Amino acid sequence: MSGSLLRKIRIFVSMLFIVPTTFLLIDIYGIIPPDISNKILFLQFIPSVLKYITVFSVTASGFIAVLLITLLFGRVYCSSICPLGVMQDVINWISGKIKRKKKRTFDFLREQKILRFVLLVLPIAFFLFGSSFALNLLDPYSLYGRFSGNFLRPLLVGANNLAAYFFELLRIYAVYPYSLKEFNHWPFLITVLFFAFVAVMAWKKGRLYCNTVCPVGTLLGYLSKLSLFKILINHEDCLSCGICAKECKASCIDSENKTVDMTRCVLCFDCIPSCPTEGITFGNSFREIRKGNYAQTEIQVDNSKRDFLTKASVYFLSFSAIAAQVKKKIVVTKPSTIPVFRKNAVSPPGSVSIDRFNGRCTACHLCVSSCPTQVLQPSFLEYGFLGMLQPRMDNITSFCNFECKICADVCPTGAILPIDLEKKKLTQIGKAKFVKDNCIVQTQKTDCGACSEHCPTKAVRMIAFEGALLIPEVRDDYCIGCGACEYACPTIPYKAIYIEGNRSHQIAKKNTELKKQEVINTEEDFPF
Amino acid sequence: MDRRDFLKTGLLAGASFAVPGIYGSYFAKSSKVFVSNYDLVAIKNGEPEVMFDKGIEQLGGMKSFVKKNQKVLVKPNIGWDVIPERGGNTNPKLVKRIIEHCFDAGAKEVYVFDHTCDDWRRSYASSGIERAVKDAGGKIVSGDTENYYQDVTITGAKVLTKEKVHELVLESDVFINVPILKSHSSTRLTVSMKNLMGVVWDRGYWHRNNLHQCIADYGMFKKKPTLNVVDAYYVMKQNGPRGVSLNDIALMKSQIISSDMVSADAAAAKLFGLEPDTVSYIKIADSMGLGKKDLSSLNIKRLIL
Repeated sequence: MSGSLLRKIRIFVSMLFIVPTTFLLIDIYGIIPPDISNKILFLQFIPSVLKYITVFSVTASGFIAVLLITLLFGRVYCSSICPLGVMQDVINWISGKIKRKKKRTFDFLREQKILRFVLLVLPIAFFLFGSSFALNLLDPYSLYGRFSGNFLRPLLVGANNLAAYFFELLRIYAVYPYSLKEFNHWPFLITVLFFAFVAVMAWKKGRLYCNTVCPVGTLLGYLSKLSLFKILINHEDCLSCGICAKECKASCIDSENKTVDMTRCVLCFDCIPSCPTEGITFGNSFREIRKGNYAQTEIQVDNSKRDFLTKASVYFLSFSAIAAQVKKKIVVTKPSTIPVFRKNAVSPPGSVSIDRFNGRCTACHLCVSSCPTQVLQPSFLEYGFLGMLQPRMDNITSFCNFECKICADVCPTGAILPIDLEKKKLTQIGKAKFVKDNCIVQTQKTDCGACSEHCPTKAVRMIAFEGALLIPEVRDDYCIGCGACEYACPTIPYKAIYIEGNRSHQIAKKNTELKKQEVINTEEDFPF
Repeated sequence: MDRRDFLKTGLLAGASFAVPGIYGSYFAKSSKVFVSNYDLVAIKNGEPEVMFDKGIEQLGGMKSFVKKNQKVLVKPNIGWDVIPERGGNTNPKLVKRIIEHCFDAGAKEVYVFDHTCDDWRRSYASSGIERAVKDAGGKIVSGDTENYYQDVTITGAKVLTKEKVHELVLESDVFINVPILKSHSSTRLTVSMKNLMGVVWDRGYWHRNNLHQCIADYGMFKKKPTLNVVDAYYVMKQNGPRGVSLNDIALMKSQIISSDMVSADAAAAKLFGLEPDTVSYIKIADSMGLGKKDLSSLNIKRLIL
């Protein structure tokens, strides 16, 4: 098979993955149903591993397929399936178009072996200690998810709303404006920094992120040393002219020594058509090496260029300083009274407990995009530093729809486990706390009851108060912590009712005190 | 006039010059005055669509309210993500039949929307109303975006002197209010006047500033419903307005039609088993001269099918 054909296939397959994946991550219309979304993300490596560990099912076995593909062909995952990889290709391609005066070129770089292993071991170690923090920062799919959610989704919203505006002038309402109900500036800023980090590397050095930082890249890279098919340099045909090395966006071809570092090759196939002598090919490595025309040499490790990467990772640490300044609180009483703290953030139903959720979620924000009410919002420090960017229930922005469990259906890592709808309706993720001194019925002596109106279980009911007035009362047993009451509460600036998260989710009691209505004789006369 | 309004008006004015007649109705804002023998029609013991057929006939048919080429807004209650049997939203069969009557009377367009409490897309779907509207040839519109709401002033109001109202309310020639009768944790009862909370943007303001007064105040707004059709087929007797289970529902198979919101609400209260005076906003609206709560002074047609 010719190199240019391989390259075309690679680009085609990349599009096949990145287009649906991206649309899924920014889908404001809720068009893609959860079962399709699970199929689209089936091969995403880290989510699949995490889900496999949790639910142990065939539906989460995508990573095994990736491992097998890698053993056969090498890093096809990095080449085409990983959305962050393809994004870097696009960025690098644009950089090539802009730097027109001379064609973009790469040079062979030495492998940062120690750094690669540190960044591979770190997420595993964190995970074993119950935190997905390091995975959350490094997993390429989740990074791409956040980039899409933070940058592309608002763009889609903007385009949609512009269209809706013009349609509205013509009184056509089929295209309606979509409002992003919340802008979380800290999570956004962090995502911008990550994007800058990846984009600068991609702009200048192609797939440097994949070959130095990415733990999936390192794992699959070392596995692909064993792969059946490899990029091979024929010692007799190769003139060591270095043209292929200049084409190699993984910077892994050492043309002087006529070797390819397969741990870093991302199978872009750009090198093959560039070779003037057909000295570089993609083929069955075991057969060809036996013939003796090809050699595989280990490349010496050189630590000198590790510097800027270590510097770049310093900014992770700088967040600790910010962490100290932001307290996890919402003030729920009037300024005149003692402030009340929300001790725990609220994690989505299906996540079982906050600790479990923090240990599994890689913050890809697919649930954030899928949530029809937008109650799921990226956190900053609500879960603490290690839970940064993981979604939480933001009841100031919205509330959890009683009949909905889409987040559990789409979650690719199993951080939010699939949950039966009837079970979800009884899963208590938090409890409503009533702050009487903020309540309108108490402060203004007029009817309100917005909280009780919205309560799907009537855990918040209205009981007799002064005169004919009714005032809310919360019954913990029936409360599921959906946050409808907090969202609906109209008091300003502080709410009179709010949800305190349950560290471990509990089961609420079913409201069975409801008497059935008597049958009415509809043939009777009217009462007026 | 801000730039947005200017653009909008300009575009529409341009269009109406270019295509005379088509956009003309946009400027004809006043609702039609109707004359009928009855102030209120109450119907019982039938299916929602059949009761409406019989009821509207007593008022001279939909032709008395909708003229040729008019733009009609039908405003049901689509507040919640629940199925029709749960009585949280207006019965879709009734909504469908009302739209069909409008088209039969010559309506050019029939729009339907509500500013929902639960997620609007889910509520529109679960309620069966989105389907019903499309089947009847009407247009279902989002009420979930502030862009569609425009500032208005309400003369004669005590508290709620300003509001943001959905543009379809302002632009329709005929406004048909189709509430469902329900118990209500804040206001005891929700019927016609309370249903209009679904055409404004900031309901929180009402809750913060004497809810009952605000409900009555909004009734004073010049774009009043031409007709109120109270759906009392599945009636939520407890745990309203959202309800918890089917146990909350009494099958009352009733309907009330009136162009007077206060009368409709008073009759609905009676039907529900409450004295109209125990519902503060009915009392306030009556005293403000919005309508008549005293049913004995009305000419009522009662139909038991």
